[in-house]
Amino acid sequence: MIIQHPLLGPRDSSEFVYLGDASLIDRPDWQAENAAEAFHDYAYLRDNPAGEHRELWFHEGGDRSWLVVTRNTVTHEISRVELARDVARTRGRSK
Amino acid sequence: MHDLVALTALGGTGPESCTVGSVSCREYPDIALASVAARLGHEAETRTALATLTGHTAPDIGQTSGHTVKAFWTGPEQWMLEAPFETHEDLASMVKGHVKDAASVSEQTDAWTRFDLEGPDVRAVLELLCNLDCRKMAEGDAARTSIHHLGCFVLCRSADVFSIYGPRSSARTLQHAIIAAMNSAL
Repeated sequence: MIIQHPLLGPRDSSEFVYLGDASLIDRPDWQAENAAEAFHDYAYLRDNPAGEHRELWFHEGGDRSWLVVTRNTVTHEISRVELARDVARTRGRSK
Repeated sequence: MHDLVALTALGGTGPESCTVGSVSCREYPDIALASVAARLGHEAETRTALATLTGHTAPDIGQTSGHTVKAFWTGPEQWMLEAPFETHEDLASMVKGHVKDAASVSEQTDAWTRFDLEGPDVRAVLELLCNLDCRKMAEGDAARTSIHHLGCFVLCRSADVFSIYGPRSSARTLQHAIIAAMNSAL
């Protein structure tokens, strides 16, 4: 499997480490009223789609950047690769 | 006063070298390193400071630039600087003086070991060692990759000369991997 790194071009998937669902970017506010419930959902509840899935990959054997990879879990086709920091910033995160 | 003897990463008093076929692998201890990571919102300032330091615009993705003080790209808004140890032993503090609060600087000299591979068939050795498409690498290209499960930097100095930076504490392992690849490829 080849991952089209947005900065470095095509790289073998063996250089990457898989973390999980890209929704892990949306860490709940620990000071919110419902923080315990929100963290329960954040830590334990995942969708398990047969089809398109957005997931976090780490380029450990490369430039050490975090990527958001859109992958079809049925065909393994990768349709989109973005830098995770760009995804986080478009969601209003600055750090 | 202590009477200490400087040892290289491989434990010798001088650099080790080895030649197989047309390719030589030489330990290269005389280099000072410092890493630079631009702080959020200060990327342009950091690039300007790097340009002053290296006498060249800050290297773009997968590139190196500079002369005496050289920089190579290690990640988004991150660079490694290298300079001769003899004249730039205090490289990290010198760099910090230039970038000030625009970037974080870490001393890296004792974290890495460098091997220089030289010879017309050097790319045959590299393609056994790592995943990089090293046949397409040109002078001034730099990339991070895994060699023998070690995170390493591979720099193309010229058509026949490549430098490999690997973790200093695994210097012997890395040298073993390189020599094994040389014996297989050549």
